[in-house]
Amino acid sequence: MLDVSFKDKIAKDPRHYQLLTLSTLLAYGIASGIFEISAAQIVGIFAAALSAQYLGCLMNAVRFEPRSALITALSLSLLLRGDGVAPLMMAAAIGVGSKFMLRLYGKHIFNPANIGIVSMLLISQTIMPGAAWTTPGQWGTAFWFAALLAGVGLFVTYRAARFDVPLIFLGTFAVLIVARAFWLGDPLAIPFLRLQNGALILFAFFMISDPKTTPDGTLARAAFAGTAALLTYILSFHFFISDGLFYALAFVCIVRPIFEALDPAPHYHWGDSIKPIRLPRISPRHRKHIPAE
Amino acid sequence: MRRNFKRTLFAAVSATAALALTTGAVAFCGFYVAKADTKLFNKASKVALMRDGDRTVMTMANDFQGDLKEFAVVIPVPVVLEEGQIHVTENAIIDHLDAYTSPRLVEYFDDDPCAVYLRRELQSVTAAPMMEAEDETRIADSLGVTIEAEYTVGEYDIQILSAEQSDGLAAWLKQNGYKLPDGAEEILGSYIKQNTKFFVAKVNLEEQEQTGLKYLRPLQIAFESPRFSLPIRLGTVNANGKQELFVLALTRTGRIETTNYRTVKLPTDKEVPLYVKGEFGEFYKSMFHEQVEQENGRAVFLEYAWDMGWCDPCAADPLSAKELRELGVYWLNDGANNIMPRRPAPQAQNVFVTRLHVSYDAEHFPEDLMFKETGDRSNFQGRYVLRHPYKGDAKCDAAEQYRAELPKRFEKEAQTLANLTGWDIDDIREKMNEGDQPFSEPAKESWWERLWGNDKKDG
Repeated sequence: MLDVSFKDKIAKDPRHYQLLTLSTLLAYGIASGIFEISAAQIVGIFAAALSAQYLGCLMNAVRFEPRSALITALSLSLLLRGDGVAPLMMAAAIGVGSKFMLRLYGKHIFNPANIGIVSMLLISQTIMPGAAWTTPGQWGTAFWFAALLAGVGLFVTYRAARFDVPLIFLGTFAVLIVARAFWLGDPLAIPFLRLQNGALILFAFFMISDPKTTPDGTLARAAFAGTAALLTYILSFHFFISDGLFYALAFVCIVRPIFEALDPAPHYHWGDSIKPIRLPRISPRHRKHIPAE
Repeated sequence: MRRNFKRTLFAAVSATAALALTTGAVAFCGFYVAKADTKLFNKASKVALMRDGDRTVMTMANDFQGDLKEFAVVIPVPVVLEEGQIHVTENAIIDHLDAYTSPRLVEYFDDDPCAVYLRRELQSVTAAPMMEAEDETRIADSLGVTIEAEYTVGEYDIQILSAEQSDGLAAWLKQNGYKLPDGAEEILGSYIKQNTKFFVAKVNLEEQEQTGLKYLRPLQIAFESPRFSLPIRLGTVNANGKQELFVLALTRTGRIETTNYRTVKLPTDKEVPLYVKGEFGEFYKSMFHEQVEQENGRAVFLEYAWDMGWCDPCAADPLSAKELRELGVYWLNDGANNIMPRRPAPQAQNVFVTRLHVSYDAEHFPEDLMFKETGDRSNFQGRYVLRHPYKGDAKCDAAEQYRAELPKRFEKEAQTLANLTGWDIDDIREKMNEGDQPFSEPAKESWWERLWGNDKKDG
C-alpha cells in the first residue's frame, strides 16, 4: 500500500502533471506528423538536459533531481527545431546550465527552456545561420485544442501554485490584439487566428507560468505576465519578430527583481500546499448579506 | 587468411556503395515523364520572393487575359520606392522557376523478376547512375492622398501613394479609373493605419505596343523591410471563389514557411496507376483540391524545397546565376564560373528554393501571409511514381510469384489514387483494367502449351 503522504506529494507537485501532459502532447505531435523532429534529436535533447542537470547537482553538492530537466527537455522538443542534433543539445545544455550559473537572490533568473531557445535563436541569427528555429505556424487546430485543454487542466489542478500567470498573459495579449483589430477595422477572424496557435498556448501554460521563475507576490506576478504580453505584442506587430514571445519572457525575467522588490513574498517550493489566490481587495470589505428567502 | 582479407575488402567496398546510396545525390533513378506547372490553374498568380535579412525582391507575374486598358493593380508596399527599385522582367524566368519546382511524375520499369539477383549486384557496383535531364510629389489635397512618386517602367505607369484615410484613397482610386470591389475600403484603411504605401500600376498602352508582346511582363520591386509577408487581403475581396497563389522563394539559409497559417507538405513519393500518365494535370489538380479539403481549407502547401544547384529528377534545369540575379539573388556574382551546371549535380549554390501553393479566400485566409525563413535545408519535392510491370518472358518460380503479386500492387495503387484525389475507386479500377493493369491473375499456362510451338499456332 502506498504511503498517503507519498501519494499526496506526487499529487501536489505540478511537475508530475507537466511531465505527463507534455509527453502526451509530444507523442501526439510526432504520431500525427506535426513535428519534424527526429528520434536522435529528442534523445540528444534529453541527454544534454540530464547531463547538465547531473553536472550542476554535482558541482553544487545537491541531490540529483531530474524532473525539471525533463520538463525542459520536453518543452524544447515541442518548441525548437534544429539543423542536426548539436544545436538542440546546445539549447538543452544552456537552458539547464543557466539554472545553476545564472542565479539571483536564491532563484535562477531564466526559465531554462526559454533561455535555451532564446540563446539558440540569437546564435542562429549571428554566428551559426540556420542552426535552430521555431515553427510558430505549424501546429494546427487539433493540437491547439489539445494544448489548451492540457493548459486549463494544469490551471484548474494547481491554481494556487501560481498558475494565474497564463491567464493574465493570454488575457492581456488577447485584449491587445483584439483592440488592434478594432483600431485597424480588421475582422475579428485575424486576432482569433493569432490566438489559435499551439506555441502560444504551450508558452503560456507551460513556460511563462513556471513558479520558480515568476515573482512570488501576486501583484508582482500580474505585472510580470502583463509586461510579457505587452512586449510580445510590440515585438510581433511593430518589429515583426515571429519569436517575440520568447524574447519577451527572457527580458521580463531579467527585470524580475524590480517587480519582486515592489511586492515581496516568500519563495515558492515545489509541492507547496494549495491556497486560494490572494487578490488585492478592491471590493468593499464586507459583502452585503443576502438573506435566503 | 587471404580469404579473410578478401571478405573484409568486399565488406568495405559494399559499405562505401551503401554510403554513396544514402547521401541523397544518387538516391534517385527513374525517368522523369511529366510536370504539373502553374498553367493548370486559371487565375493563378505567381510571386517569386527573394528574401535575405530585411532585403526583399518581389517578382509578380499574373495571367491577365482581358483588355490591357482594363489592367490595374494596387499593391500595399512598406516603403516609398525609388525608380531604380522597380523593374520589369521577362516571363520566361518565372516560367523557368515554375517548371523547375513543379510537382513531377516519374516512371520505373520493373526488371525481369528472374534476374533479381543479378540486378541487385549490379546496383551496388554502379551505385545508380544519375539520369540526364531532358530537359514625383503632388498632393490630391481634398482626398488626403499623396502621390509620393510617379514612374513609367517598361509597359507600366506606376504611382506610389500614401493616404490619410481609406475613404479618400478609395475615392482617388475610383476617380482615376480603378475599380474597387465592395469591402476593399476597410482593408485599405487597415493598411493605411499600418503606415503602408500603395504601389498602383496601369498599362501604358504606347509603351506596351513597343514591346510587341501580347501579354504583360512581370513587375519587380526591391525594398527593405523587417516584415516578411505577402499581401493577399485585397485579392480576396473581388474574387469569385478561391484563388491560386504560388510563392517561389529564393533564400540563403533554408526553406521558408508561413507563421500564421500551417505549412503542410504535399503528399509525395506515391505510386499511382499507369493511366495517370495521360492525365497527370488532372491528377495533380484533384489531389491538390482534396488535400486543401482535408486541411479544412486553411493550409499552405509545400510543393518543393531544394538547393538551387541541382535537382533529381529535373523537371527543368536549375536556374542560371544570371536568371537568379534577375530575380533578386544579389549575393551571386556575375562571374563566368558561376554558371549553373546544365546537368543536375550535387553542388550547393547558396540559393535555396521553396515553392508554396495556396488556394485562398477571405474566409480561410483572413490575414496576409506572414513568412519566416527556417534553417531547414532538407530536400522535398512533389513526386509521383509509375511502375511498369515487367513485360518480357519470364519463366522462373520468382516470375510466377511476381505475377501473382501484381494485382495486389495494382489494388494498392488504385487505393492510393482514390485517397489522394477523392476519385471513385471503381472508376479507377475500371480504367486500370482497360489499361494494362488487370486485377485478376492471369490464367496459368499449362506446361505443354509452349511445347510444340502451340502458342503460335494461330499466327
